[in-house]
Amino acid sequence: MAEHVALIDYGAGNLHSVANALKAAGASTVEITANAAVVAVADRIVLPGVGAFGACAAALRALPGMTEALTVRVIGGGVPFLGICVGMQLMATRGLEFGTHPGLDWISGEVAAMTPEDPDARIPHMGWNDVAPTVAHPLIEPGEAYFLHSYAFSGRDVIATTGHGGSVVAAIGRANMLGVQFHPEKSQRYGLALLERFLRWRP
Amino acid sequence: MTVRARVIPCLDVANGRVVKGVNFVDLRDAGDPVEQARAYDAAGADELCFLDITASHEARGTIIDVVRRTAEVCFMPLTVGGGVRSADDARALLLAGADKVAVNSAAVERPKVVAEIADRFGSQCCVASVDARQVADGRWEVFTHGGRRATDIDAVEHALRLADLGAGELLITSMDRDGTRGGYDIELIRTIADQVRVPVVASGGVGGLADLVAGITEGHASAVLAASIFHFGEASIADAHRTLAAAGVPVRTPIA
Repeated sequence: MAEHVALIDYGAGNLHSVANALKAAGASTVEITANAAVVAVADRIVLPGVGAFGACAAALRALPGMTEALTVRVIGGGVPFLGICVGMQLMATRGLEFGTHPGLDWISGEVAAMTPEDPDARIPHMGWNDVAPTVAHPLIEPGEAYFLHSYAFSGRDVIATTGHGGSVVAAIGRANMLGVQFHPEKSQRYGLALLERFLRWRP
Repeated sequence: MTVRARVIPCLDVANGRVVKGVNFVDLRDAGDPVEQARAYDAAGADELCFLDITASHEARGTIIDVVRRTAEVCFMPLTVGGGVRSADDARALLLAGADKVAVNSAAVERPKVVAEIADRFGSQCCVASVDARQVADGRWEVFTHGGRRATDIDAVEHALRLADLGAGELLITSMDRDGTRGGYDIELIRTIADQVRVPVVASGGVGGLADLVAGITEGHASAVLAASIFHFGEASIADAHRTLAAAGVPVRTPIA
């Protein structure tokens, strides 16, 4: 049975990279969409994102019916969901980037500027770093992935961390939801393997 | 746990073809940037950089197509520089699949273009590229047009200003060293790296793997860019990672 993966287009960058990686990982149909009706019937949902939290949250909310469709499908319908980078951060309660902005509030927590005490830890956190699971999760394996961000999540349901002048959240998840701070679509074999597991995932 | 030092091969592309050649043995078309990108992806490069040196504005669309085709087969970060003059130029490259865009000459003429790109697409995708020549002890000047034209602008001040304007990374090329294989201008790299919070990429002059080590350990760069040593098969990406690891620099686990 060909599954329908909805990749949400809210004007937040690297859509095609994510679509290419999902196809390389075996997805039969990836639909890049800004249409809530498509999300409402999707078998799997991916929310990418690069840039600022507030701008991304506003852009997502500007799509008619989109946040409602997402919440119905992901929270109510148990559809497998993957948030990437800012797409992961949007799962949080709020973001503190250029003001305070409400997130989807699926996972309790905040997204704030990284302030490592170690002066050698440069910002943005840019490059390959560890993904170290803190609990067993069917999708997250230990390895190295590509990170590119200046803000980080803190809160509940952390499932993996990395280190950059201190511990930094690398992945969050609960039930059918997964959010990764790193970029699986830019993490070569490690990233494609994660996307393959996501496409097979039956939470 | 710490972020790894990055090894970045750089390909010069003109009119959609690689001009600073690569002689990987088993490429069907060694002039095709997409094939070379795929080879570096398989070799475990940490990132890839395309420098578009297409002279005419009319041919600009070609690099967009190259980037789009590369993003279909390469799953590592891609930086594209050369001819980026505006936030709209940056947008076209990002939409095609570039992860970062490098701005050089346009930021010499109008530094604010860096802020325009960073504000619209985020600092993380905005690389400020600075070409510098040493003009006195401890003083470097920005040069444009492939290092031929002086600007009277202090290179260190310029780099710091671009970081302040929102560049998420600085790519520092010594035009004195570029092509000489005499090693990076370590003093230039370190002078800038020690004064900014953003990562710095060392560029220009790599003649051997020891130069990569010096770029990180002495130059305090976060990443090392090189062209000919990789293209001509003198060293592989794995060789570079092994040499850096042996010097105590954190790198990615080599792919089997």
